[in-house]
Amino acid sequence: MDFREMMESKYRELLENYIKEQSEQALYAGQKFSRKTIEQKISPEEIVSLHKSLLIEMYPDVPEKVINSFDILLEVMIGYGLAYREHQSLRHKQEELRSEMEIAANVQQTLLGTKVPVINGLDIGAISVPAKHMNGDYYHFVHDENNCISVAIADVIGKGIPAALCMSMIKYSMDSLPENRMGPSSILENLNRVVEQNVDPSMFITMFYGMYDPATNILSYASAGHEPGIYYNAEKKEFTELSARGLLLGVEKRTKYKEYKKEILPGDMVILMSDGVTECRTDEGFIERETLLGYINKYIHLSAQEIVNRIFKELEKLQHFQLRDDFTLIILKRDV
Amino acid sequence: MNISIDVKEKDTAIELTVSGEIDAYTAPKLRETLFPLSEENGVNMVVDLSGVSYMDSTGLGVFVGVFKNVRANDGQFKIVGLSERLQRLFEITGLADIININSQIEGGV
Repeated sequence: MDFREMMESKYRELLENYIKEQSEQALYAGQKFSRKTIEQKISPEEIVSLHKSLLIEMYPDVPEKVINSFDILLEVMIGYGLAYREHQSLRHKQEELRSEMEIAANVQQTLLGTKVPVINGLDIGAISVPAKHMNGDYYHFVHDENNCISVAIADVIGKGIPAALCMSMIKYSMDSLPENRMGPSSILENLNRVVEQNVDPSMFITMFYGMYDPATNILSYASAGHEPGIYYNAEKKEFTELSARGLLLGVEKRTKYKEYKKEILPGDMVILMSDGVTECRTDEGFIERETLLGYINKYIHLSAQEIVNRIFKELEKLQHFQLRDDFTLIILKRDV
Repeated sequence: MNISIDVKEKDTAIELTVSGEIDAYTAPKLRETLFPLSEENGVNMVVDLSGVSYMDSTGLGVFVGVFKNVRANDGQFKIVGLSERLQRLFEITGLADIININSQIEGGV
Protein backbone atom coordinates (compact mmCIF):
# COMPACT_ATOMS: atom_id res chain seq x y z
CA MET A 1 0.00 0.00 0.00
CA ASP A 2 1.51 3.37 -0.88
CA PHE A 3 1.47 6.28 1.52
CA ARG A 4 -1.43 8.09 -0.09
CA GLU A 5 -3.80 5.14 0.25
CA MET A 6 -2.66 4.58 3.80
CA MET A 7 -3.04 8.29 4.48
CA GLU A 8 -6.66 8.17 3.43
CA SER A 9 -7.61 5.32 5.76
CA LYS A 10 -5.53 6.79 8.58
CA TYR A 11 -7.18 10.18 8.22
CA ARG A 12 -10.62 8.62 8.13
CA GLU A 13 -9.83 6.83 11.38
CA LEU A 14 -8.60 10.05 13.02
CA LEU A 15 -11.67 11.92 11.94
CA GLU A 16 -14.05 9.20 13.12
CA ASN A 17 -12.34 8.98 16.50
CA TYR A 18 -12.39 12.67 17.10
CA ILE A 19 -15.98 13.19 16.03
CA LYS A 20 -17.01 10.34 18.32
CA GLU A 21 -15.23 11.39 21.51
CA GLN A 22 -13.43 14.74 21.01
CA SER A 23 -10.56 13.65 23.25
CA GLU A 24 -7.11 15.17 23.67
CA GLN A 25 -5.70 11.88 22.57
CA ALA A 26 -7.51 12.00 19.26
CA LEU A 27 -6.18 15.52 18.70
CA TYR A 28 -2.66 14.39 19.48
CA ALA A 29 -3.03 11.65 16.88
CA GLY A 30 -3.75 14.44 14.38
CA GLN A 31 -0.51 16.14 15.31
CA LYS A 32 1.42 12.94 14.81
CA PHE A 33 -0.28 12.44 11.47
CA SER A 34 0.83 15.88 10.25
CA ARG A 35 4.46 15.06 11.02
CA LYS A 36 4.19 12.03 8.81
CA THR A 37 2.51 13.92 5.95
CA ILE A 38 5.08 16.73 6.07
CA GLU A 39 7.79 14.12 5.84
CA GLN A 40 6.05 12.70 2.78
CA LYS A 41 5.75 16.18 1.24
CA ILE A 42 1.95 16.13 1.25
CA SER A 43 0.70 19.65 0.54
CA PRO A 44 -1.84 21.35 2.83
CA GLU A 45 -4.42 21.62 0.02
CA GLU A 46 -4.27 17.86 -0.44
CA ILE A 47 -5.27 17.40 3.19
CA VAL A 48 -8.17 19.83 2.82
CA SER A 49 -9.37 18.03 -0.27
CA LEU A 50 -9.10 14.69 1.51
CA HIS A 51 -11.05 16.11 4.43
CA LYS A 52 -13.79 17.30 2.12
CA SER A 53 -14.21 14.02 0.25
CA LEU A 54 -14.18 11.95 3.44
CA LEU A 55 -16.78 14.20 4.96
CA ILE A 56 -19.11 13.70 2.00
CA GLU A 57 -18.55 9.96 2.15
CA MET A 58 -18.95 9.54 5.91
CA TYR A 59 -21.75 12.01 6.54
CA PRO A 60 -23.88 12.31 3.40
CA ASP A 61 -26.27 14.65 5.21
CA VAL A 62 -23.72 17.43 5.79
CA PRO A 63 -25.24 20.64 4.37
CA GLU A 64 -23.99 21.52 0.92
CA LYS A 65 -23.00 24.97 2.16
CA VAL A 66 -20.49 23.43 4.55
CA ILE A 67 -19.07 21.22 1.84
CA ASN A 68 -18.74 24.15 -0.54
CA SER A 69 -16.96 26.22 2.08
CA PHE A 70 -14.03 23.81 1.81
CA ASP A 71 -13.35 25.06 -1.72
CA ILE A 72 -12.39 28.43 -0.28
CA LEU A 73 -10.22 26.83 2.38
CA LEU A 74 -8.58 24.78 -0.34
CA GLU A 75 -7.76 27.83 -2.43
CA VAL A 76 -6.26 29.61 0.55
CA MET A 77 -4.18 26.59 1.47
CA ILE A 78 -2.70 26.39 -2.03
CA GLY A 79 -0.87 29.65 -1.29
CA TYR A 80 0.49 28.24 1.96
CA GLY A 81 1.52 25.09 0.18
CA LEU A 82 3.53 27.04 -2.38
CA ALA A 83 5.21 29.09 0.33
CA TYR A 84 6.05 25.92 2.19
CA ARG A 85 7.57 24.26 -0.85
CA GLU A 86 9.63 27.38 -1.53
CA HIS A 87 10.84 27.33 2.04
CA GLN A 88 11.83 23.69 1.67
CA SER A 89 13.80 24.36 -1.49
CA LEU A 90 15.57 27.36 0.12
CA ARG A 91 16.46 25.21 3.07
CA HIS A 92 17.94 22.71 0.73
CA LYS A 93 19.95 25.40 -1.04
CA GLN A 94 21.15 26.76 2.28
CA GLU A 95 22.40 23.32 3.21
CA GLU A 96 24.29 23.18 -0.08
CA LEU A 97 25.85 26.60 0.48
CA ARG A 98 26.83 25.68 3.99
CA SER A 99 28.63 22.59 2.91
CA GLU A 100 30.37 24.55 0.15
CA MET A 101 31.46 27.13 2.73
CA GLU A 102 32.85 24.37 4.88
CA ILE A 103 34.82 23.01 1.97
CA ALA A 104 36.10 26.52 1.16
CA ALA A 105 37.13 27.05 4.77
CA ASN A 106 39.05 23.79 4.67
CA VAL A 107 40.74 24.75 1.42
CA GLN A 108 41.69 28.06 3.00
CA GLN A 109 43.12 26.30 6.01
CA THR A 110 45.24 24.16 3.73
CA LEU A 111 46.34 27.06 1.51
CA LEU A 112 47.26 29.33 4.39
CA GLY A 113 48.64 26.61 6.60
CA THR A 114 51.88 27.40 8.33
CA LYS A 115 53.93 25.32 10.69
CA VAL A 116 55.08 26.74 13.97
CA PRO A 117 58.85 26.30 13.77
CA VAL A 118 60.65 24.32 16.43
CA ILE A 119 63.94 25.89 17.36
CA ASN A 120 66.29 25.66 20.29
CA GLY A 121 66.04 28.55 22.70
CA LEU A 122 62.72 29.95 21.49
CA ASP A 123 59.29 28.71 22.57
CA ILE A 124 56.51 29.66 20.14
CA GLY A 125 52.76 29.45 20.62
CA ALA A 126 50.07 30.48 18.14
CA ILE A 127 46.29 30.34 17.93
CA SER A 128 43.91 31.72 15.30
CA VAL A 129 40.16 31.26 15.47
CA PRO A 130 37.73 32.72 12.91
CA ALA A 131 34.51 34.39 14.08
CA LYS A 132 32.65 32.91 11.11
CA HIS A 133 33.59 30.19 8.66
CA MET A 134 36.48 31.90 6.97
CA ASN A 135 39.34 33.59 8.74
CA GLY A 136 40.35 37.17 7.86
CA ASP A 137 43.31 36.92 10.20
CA TYR A 138 46.49 35.33 9.08
CA TYR A 139 49.81 34.38 10.53
CA HIS A 140 52.82 32.91 8.89
CA PHE A 141 56.17 31.63 10.09
CA VAL A 142 59.35 31.25 8.09
CA HIS A 143 62.44 29.48 9.32
CA ASP A 144 65.09 30.51 6.80
CA GLU A 145 68.51 29.11 5.94
CA ASN A 146 70.20 31.65 8.21
CA ASN A 147 68.27 30.10 11.09
CA CYS A 148 66.24 33.29 11.50
CA ILE A 149 62.59 32.98 12.46
CA SER A 150 60.20 35.36 10.77
CA VAL A 151 56.65 35.87 11.88
CA ALA A 152 53.92 37.77 10.08
CA ILE A 153 50.53 38.49 11.58
CA ALA A 154 47.90 40.20 9.48
CA ASP A 155 44.27 41.21 9.57
CA VAL A 156 42.14 42.11 6.57
CA ILE A 157 39.75 44.96 7.22
CA GLY A 158 36.47 43.40 6.35
CA LYS A 159 35.25 39.98 7.31
CA GLY A 160 34.06 36.76 5.79
CA ILE A 161 34.74 35.46 2.31
CA PRO A 162 36.15 38.65 0.66
CA ALA A 163 38.63 39.02 3.51
CA ALA A 164 39.64 35.39 3.24
CA LEU A 165 40.19 35.60 -0.50
CA CYS A 166 42.29 38.69 -0.01
CA MET A 167 44.39 36.89 2.58
CA SER A 168 45.18 34.13 0.14
CA MET A 169 46.54 36.75 -2.25
CA ILE A 170 48.83 38.13 0.46
CA LYS A 171 50.08 34.68 1.28
CA TYR A 172 51.07 34.10 -2.34
CA SER A 173 52.78 37.46 -2.65
CA MET A 174 54.75 36.63 0.46
CA ASP A 175 55.75 33.26 -0.92
CA SER A 176 56.96 34.87 -4.11
CA LEU A 177 59.22 37.39 -2.38
CA PRO A 178 62.88 36.56 -2.95
CA GLU A 179 64.23 34.10 -0.43
CA ASN A 180 67.35 36.12 0.33
CA ARG A 181 67.24 37.99 3.59
CA MET A 182 64.81 40.85 3.23
CA GLY A 183 64.20 42.90 6.30
CA PRO A 184 60.70 43.43 7.74
CA SER A 185 60.40 46.97 6.38
CA SER A 186 61.22 46.06 2.80
CA ILE A 187 58.84 43.10 2.97
CA LEU A 188 56.02 45.43 4.06
CA GLU A 189 56.94 47.92 1.33
CA ASN A 190 56.70 45.15 -1.26
CA LEU A 191 53.39 43.85 0.00
CA ASN A 192 52.01 47.38 0.16
CA ARG A 193 52.57 47.77 -3.57
CA VAL A 194 50.81 44.48 -4.28
CA VAL A 195 47.80 45.33 -2.12
CA GLU A 196 47.57 48.88 -3.43
CA GLN A 197 47.36 47.64 -7.00
CA ASN A 198 45.14 44.64 -6.60
CA VAL A 199 42.63 45.08 -3.89
CA ASP A 200 39.27 46.84 -3.81
CA PRO A 201 40.00 50.46 -2.73
CA SER A 202 38.13 50.17 0.54
CA MET A 203 39.78 46.93 1.61
CA PHE A 204 42.94 47.22 3.66
CA ILE A 205 45.32 45.01 5.50
CA THR A 206 47.19 45.51 8.74
CA MET A 207 50.36 43.54 9.25
CA PHE A 208 53.11 43.16 11.78
CA TYR A 209 56.29 41.57 10.50
CA GLY A 210 59.06 40.46 12.83
CA MET A 211 62.34 38.66 12.26
CA TYR A 212 64.18 37.06 15.15
CA ASP A 213 67.84 36.14 14.87
CA PRO A 214 68.74 33.50 17.47
CA ALA A 215 72.45 34.26 16.97
CA THR A 216 72.11 37.83 18.24
CA ASN A 217 68.75 37.54 20.03
CA ILE A 218 67.62 40.65 18.20
CA LEU A 219 64.06 41.00 16.97
CA SER A 220 63.73 43.38 14.02
CA TYR A 221 60.20 44.42 13.26
CA ALA A 222 57.97 46.78 11.37
CA SER A 223 54.24 47.40 11.42
CA ALA A 224 51.71 48.40 8.80
CA GLY A 225 48.97 49.81 11.00
CA HIS A 226 48.75 46.65 13.03
CA GLU A 227 47.58 46.40 16.63
CA PRO A 228 50.77 46.98 18.68
CA GLY A 229 52.44 43.93 20.18
CA ILE A 230 53.51 43.64 23.79
CA TYR A 231 57.02 43.09 25.08
CA TYR A 232 57.53 41.38 28.42
CA ASN A 233 60.72 42.13 30.28
CA ALA A 234 61.34 39.09 32.48
CA GLU A 235 63.94 40.73 34.68
CA LYS A 236 61.72 43.68 35.62
CA LYS A 237 58.51 41.63 35.28
CA GLU A 238 57.19 44.49 33.20
CA PHE A 239 54.99 44.74 30.09
CA THR A 240 55.51 47.50 27.55
CA GLU A 241 53.95 48.24 24.21
CA LEU A 242 56.02 47.14 21.24
CA SER A 243 55.27 50.36 19.48
CA ALA A 244 55.84 50.73 15.78
CA ARG A 245 54.30 53.25 13.47
CA GLY A 246 53.34 52.60 9.90
CA LEU A 247 50.40 53.00 7.54
CA LEU A 248 47.94 50.23 6.64
CA LEU A 249 48.86 48.22 3.55
CA GLY A 250 47.06 49.36 0.43
CA VAL A 251 46.42 53.04 1.13
CA GLU A 252 49.41 54.84 -0.39
CA LYS A 253 51.60 53.40 -3.11
CA ARG A 254 54.92 54.75 -1.87
CA THR A 255 54.67 54.13 1.85
CA LYS A 256 57.92 53.63 3.76
CA TYR A 257 58.02 51.46 6.83
CA LYS A 258 60.37 52.10 9.71
CA GLU A 259 62.27 49.15 11.11
CA TYR A 260 62.68 48.77 14.87
CA LYS A 261 64.99 46.52 16.87
CA LYS A 262 64.61 44.95 20.28
CA GLU A 263 66.98 42.68 22.17
CA ILE A 264 65.21 39.68 23.65
CA LEU A 265 66.75 38.45 26.91
CA PRO A 266 66.22 35.05 28.55
CA GLY A 267 62.64 34.70 29.79
CA ASP A 268 61.44 37.70 27.78
CA MET A 269 58.32 37.41 25.66
CA VAL A 270 56.89 39.04 22.60
CA ILE A 271 53.10 38.92 22.33
CA LEU A 272 51.45 39.62 18.98
CA MET A 273 47.74 39.79 18.34
CA SER A 274 44.96 40.81 16.00
CA ASP A 275 42.36 43.42 16.93
CA GLY A 276 39.94 40.57 17.65
CA VAL A 277 41.86 40.27 20.92
CA THR A 278 41.69 43.92 21.97
CA GLU A 279 38.27 44.54 20.46
CA CYS A 280 36.88 41.71 22.53
CA ARG A 281 33.65 43.22 23.84
CA THR A 282 31.95 42.03 26.97
CA ASP A 283 28.74 43.12 28.68
CA GLU A 284 30.66 45.85 30.50
CA GLY A 285 32.40 47.22 27.41
CA PHE A 286 35.78 46.42 25.94
CA ILE A 287 38.34 44.39 27.75
CA GLU A 288 41.12 46.60 28.97
CA ARG A 289 44.71 45.89 28.16
CA GLU A 290 45.22 45.26 31.89
CA THR A 291 42.74 42.38 31.73
CA LEU A 292 44.75 40.79 28.96
CA LEU A 293 48.02 41.35 30.81
CA GLY A 294 46.39 39.85 33.89
CA TYR A 295 45.68 36.64 31.97
CA ILE A 296 49.20 36.53 30.57
CA ASN A 297 50.57 36.88 34.10
CA LYS A 298 48.23 34.18 35.35
CA TYR A 299 49.55 31.63 32.86
CA ILE A 300 53.10 32.92 32.45
CA HIS A 301 54.64 29.77 33.94
CA LEU A 302 53.19 27.62 31.13
CA SER A 303 54.55 26.93 27.66
CA ALA A 304 53.86 29.54 24.96
CA GLN A 305 51.24 27.34 23.27
CA GLU A 306 49.48 26.68 26.57
CA ILE A 307 49.41 30.41 27.37
CA VAL A 308 47.72 31.36 24.08
CA ASN A 309 45.25 28.48 24.39
CA ARG A 310 44.26 29.44 27.93
CA ILE A 311 43.94 33.15 27.11
CA PHE A 312 41.68 32.32 24.18
CA LYS A 313 39.47 30.23 26.47
CA GLU A 314 39.25 33.06 29.01
CA LEU A 315 38.36 35.71 26.44
CA GLU A 316 35.92 33.40 24.70
CA LYS A 317 34.17 32.89 28.03
CA LEU A 318 34.02 36.68 28.63
CA GLN A 319 32.21 37.06 25.29
CA HIS A 320 29.77 34.23 26.08
CA PHE A 321 31.45 32.05 23.45
CA GLN A 322 30.36 34.36 20.63
CA LEU A 323 33.40 35.77 18.85
CA ARG A 324 32.64 39.06 17.16
CA ASP A 325 35.89 39.18 15.28
CA ASP A 326 38.56 36.76 14.15
CA PHE A 327 41.00 36.09 16.97
CA THR A 328 44.74 35.53 16.62
CA LEU A 329 47.34 35.47 19.36
CA ILE A 330 51.03 34.58 19.06
CA ILE A 331 53.63 34.36 21.81
CA LEU A 332 57.38 34.09 21.34
CA LYS A 333 59.17 33.28 24.57
CA ARG A 334 62.94 33.07 24.86
CA ASP A 335 63.98 30.12 27.00
CA VAL A 336 65.62 30.90 30.31
CA MET B 1 23.05 48.53 16.74
CA ASN B 2 22.06 51.79 15.15
CA ILE B 3 23.58 54.68 13.35
CA SER B 4 22.28 58.07 12.43
CA ILE B 5 23.89 60.38 9.92
CA ASP B 6 22.95 64.02 9.74
CA VAL B 7 24.02 65.93 6.64
CA LYS B 8 24.17 69.74 6.59
CA GLU B 9 25.24 71.39 3.37
CA LYS B 10 26.71 74.80 4.13
CA ASP B 11 28.27 77.33 1.78
CA THR B 12 31.83 76.35 2.53
CA ALA B 13 31.56 72.73 3.58
CA ILE B 14 29.37 69.68 3.95
CA GLU B 15 29.10 68.85 7.61
CA LEU B 16 28.19 65.33 8.61
CA THR B 17 27.36 64.34 12.13
CA VAL B 18 27.46 60.61 12.78
CA SER B 19 26.21 59.00 15.96
CA GLY B 20 25.79 55.45 17.14
CA GLU B 21 27.94 52.44 16.39
CA ILE B 22 29.92 51.87 13.22
CA ASP B 23 30.48 48.19 12.53
CA ALA B 24 30.00 45.65 9.76
CA TYR B 25 26.22 46.10 9.97
CA THR B 26 26.05 49.89 9.92
CA ALA B 27 29.11 50.64 7.76
CA PRO B 28 27.25 50.05 4.45
CA LYS B 29 24.81 52.85 5.38
CA LEU B 30 27.71 55.16 6.19
CA ARG B 31 29.35 54.31 2.89
CA GLU B 32 26.13 54.91 0.92
CA THR B 33 25.81 58.36 2.42
CA LEU B 34 29.44 59.42 2.26
CA PHE B 35 30.62 58.00 -1.07
CA PRO B 36 28.41 60.02 -3.45
CA LEU B 37 29.33 63.23 -1.58
CA SER B 38 33.02 62.41 -1.66
CA GLU B 39 33.00 62.06 -5.42
CA GLU B 40 32.01 65.66 -6.07
CA ASN B 41 34.76 67.82 -7.46
CA GLY B 42 36.49 70.05 -4.91
CA VAL B 43 34.25 68.91 -2.09
CA ASN B 44 35.01 70.06 1.46
CA MET B 45 33.79 67.45 3.95
CA VAL B 46 33.88 67.62 7.72
CA VAL B 47 32.75 64.53 9.62
CA ASP B 48 31.96 64.83 13.30
CA LEU B 49 32.29 61.53 15.15
CA SER B 50 31.76 62.77 18.69
CA GLY B 51 28.50 60.81 18.92
CA VAL B 52 30.12 57.54 17.88
CA SER B 53 30.43 55.12 20.76
CA TYR B 54 32.06 52.28 18.84
CA MET B 55 33.82 51.84 15.54
CA ASP B 56 35.55 48.75 14.23
CA SER B 57 37.92 48.35 11.32
CA THR B 58 35.06 48.15 8.81
CA GLY B 59 34.25 51.78 9.65
CA LEU B 60 37.88 52.67 9.23
CA GLY B 61 37.75 51.14 5.76
CA VAL B 62 34.86 53.43 4.82
CA PHE B 63 36.78 56.53 5.93
CA VAL B 64 39.90 55.53 4.04
CA GLY B 65 37.80 55.01 0.91
CA VAL B 66 36.15 58.42 1.38
CA PHE B 67 39.52 60.03 1.99
CA LYS B 68 40.92 58.57 -1.23
CA ASN B 69 37.89 59.71 -3.22
CA VAL B 70 38.06 63.23 -1.86
CA ARG B 71 41.76 63.47 -2.56
CA ALA B 72 41.28 62.20 -6.12
CA ASN B 73 38.69 64.95 -6.64
CA ASP B 74 40.89 67.74 -5.24
CA GLY B 75 38.70 68.15 -2.20
CA GLN B 76 39.28 68.42 1.51
CA PHE B 77 38.39 65.92 4.19
CA LYS B 78 38.50 66.32 7.91
CA ILE B 79 37.37 64.22 10.84
CA VAL B 80 36.57 65.87 14.16
CA GLY B 81 35.32 64.81 17.58
CA LEU B 82 37.31 61.60 17.99
CA SER B 83 37.07 59.88 21.34
CA GLU B 84 40.28 58.62 22.91
CA ARG B 85 39.59 55.10 21.67
CA LEU B 86 38.92 56.24 18.10
CA GLN B 87 41.95 58.53 18.17
CA ARG B 88 44.06 55.50 19.11
CA LEU B 89 42.56 53.51 16.20
CA PHE B 90 43.58 56.24 13.74
CA GLU B 91 47.05 56.43 15.26
CA ILE B 92 47.76 52.70 15.29
CA THR B 93 46.72 52.36 11.66
CA GLY B 94 48.94 55.28 10.64
CA LEU B 95 45.87 57.07 9.24
CA ALA B 96 46.36 59.96 11.67
CA ASP B 97 49.44 60.86 9.61
CA ILE B 98 47.54 61.23 6.34
CA ILE B 99 43.98 62.14 7.30
CA ASN B 100 43.30 65.46 8.97
CA ILE B 101 41.88 64.53 12.37
CA ASN B 102 41.16 67.00 15.07
CA SER B 103 39.83 65.88 18.40
CA GLN B 104 38.33 69.32 19.10
CA ILE B 105 35.00 70.16 17.51
CA GLU B 106 35.29 73.35 15.54
CA GLY B 107 33.05 76.24 16.40
CA GLY B 108 33.12 75.42 20.10
CA VAL B 109 34.08 78.05 22.67
